[in-house]
Amino acid sequence: MNGLTSRITALGRGFLSAVTGLGAFARLLAAILARSGVALRRPRLVSQQIHFIGNHSLLIIGVSGLFVGFVLGLQGYYTLNRYGSEEALGLLVALSLTRELGPVVTALLFAGRAGTSLTAEIGLMKAGEQIAAMEVMAVDPVRRVLAPRFWGGVIAMPVLAAVFSMVGVLGGWFVGVVLIGIDPGAFWSQMQSGVDVVKDVANGVFKSLVFGVVVTLIALYQGWTARATPEGVSRATTRTVVDGALAVLGLDFLMTALMFAN
Amino acid sequence: MNQAAPSSPIVKFDGVSLGYGDFTVLHDVDLEILPGQVVAVMGGSGSGKTTLLRATTGQLAARAGRVEVFGRDMATLHGEALREARQRMGVLFQAGALFTDLDVFENVAFPLREHTCISEHQILERVLDKLQAVGLRQAAHLRISEISGGMARRVALARAVVLEPELMLYDEPFAGLDPISLGVTAQLIRNMTDQLGCATILITHDVAESFAIADQVYLIGQRTLIARGTPEALSASTDAYVRQFLDGQPDGPIAFRYPDTPAFQQWLASKGRP
Repeated sequence: MNGLTSRITALGRGFLSAVTGLGAFARLLAAILARSGVALRRPRLVSQQIHFIGNHSLLIIGVSGLFVGFVLGLQGYYTLNRYGSEEALGLLVALSLTRELGPVVTALLFAGRAGTSLTAEIGLMKAGEQIAAMEVMAVDPVRRVLAPRFWGGVIAMPVLAAVFSMVGVLGGWFVGVVLIGIDPGAFWSQMQSGVDVVKDVANGVFKSLVFGVVVTLIALYQGWTARATPEGVSRATTRTVVDGALAVLGLDFLMTALMFAN
Repeated sequence: MNQAAPSSPIVKFDGVSLGYGDFTVLHDVDLEILPGQVVAVMGGSGSGKTTLLRATTGQLAARAGRVEVFGRDMATLHGEALREARQRMGVLFQAGALFTDLDVFENVAFPLREHTCISEHQILERVLDKLQAVGLRQAAHLRISEISGGMARRVALARAVVLEPELMLYDEPFAGLDPISLGVTAQLIRNMTDQLGCATILITHDVAESFAIADQVYLIGQRTLIARGTPEALSASTDAYVRQFLDGQPDGPIAFRYPDTPAFQQWLASKGRP
């Protein structure tokens, strides 16, 4: 009986802590949005973060996009070749990238590259009393530290996803047209006629925007709530990657179901 | 906002108790600091000196009594009013708390950029002027990771005074400094107070340096205020607490050893030592 009671207690505690965490997460988002006027008044603060978050992620995004494009080109060719429709390779590569792989893989890489660095930076700022110093200087750290980073991440993410998809298409073209020898005219024209700007491209951009909001907010939340110790910062950094990846994959399924239902 | 009259105290503690959770760190503390005064708050490690500073900045609410800063009860200040009060304070944190993503110049310029609308040229002039006062004008371009601990403390000092505050709070400014930096920092604190005419609270356990520059000394221990007076009066005191602290004796009313607790005995027993 005692074992059952303690299990129910643990279940209740877990549920309560999940709901409390979600509430704290929503409150942080509300606090950041309420203090986002700084992004308009001092755009330099946001552009610095776009540089830090976006430019520094360009290499990993570009290289990953290229390899994903290579693989898509190869696998797509092997499959389409069975049905004699390899000229549709351009369409397959472009749709895979704009609808799914561009936003999703970019968001996963974004959580690992930019998200972890945001979490660690804010966690260490707390540990070094920098956040406390800001409060005592009558500067609101949510406005000065979190809001510019949030908007930097939200703006950088769709741009990075677009770069990923673009480089991926070039990778697919290189494998399909240059290496395998598919007709370049068919490759590009199938892509041009089959990809819909609203249904495919705009939906992909919307997905990456949602991922940008969620992943950046998870990273900021984990840094903001991290215990100000080396162990606390390390745990928070790990949680950014795990929670970020799960949120991206879960939301992707949900959005795909809603966007592409016929 | 109510402006305190020039001769009235900038900071006034009236029967203040402070603590965290169930633990009371300090109780029944009375304290008063006038403009132009350097007041040293001294006591051993863990005696509650930093807690007292946190109550002055409004980071910690008093459990009992009244903390008045600039003539206003800190318990009643929230939001914009608290921010206004804090803009009139400068705080030097124990570890400096410099912003590691900014260089030396931008750290000192930070309060100016956040709280004033002055031109870039005026910011340059004022920041270089404050860096000159702490002897680091030529270090303005360096990153925080490139400067030593003593230099970081001086940069933090320049940042704390750049808005020319009416109240300066220093948390252990002498900790970890070499003898030269120590003497220079002590003199800087005195000079800043005299130049700005501000009230200064110096949290420290360094007897020699603080006695050389302080107007009043408050000694805390045993969770309350043990003694107060001018450095000369305290030096001449025969009180057992005061003597033990000033002379650095291990035995006396202030216990050097952490007291025995049931929790410790339990831990010891778990290690097989009854």
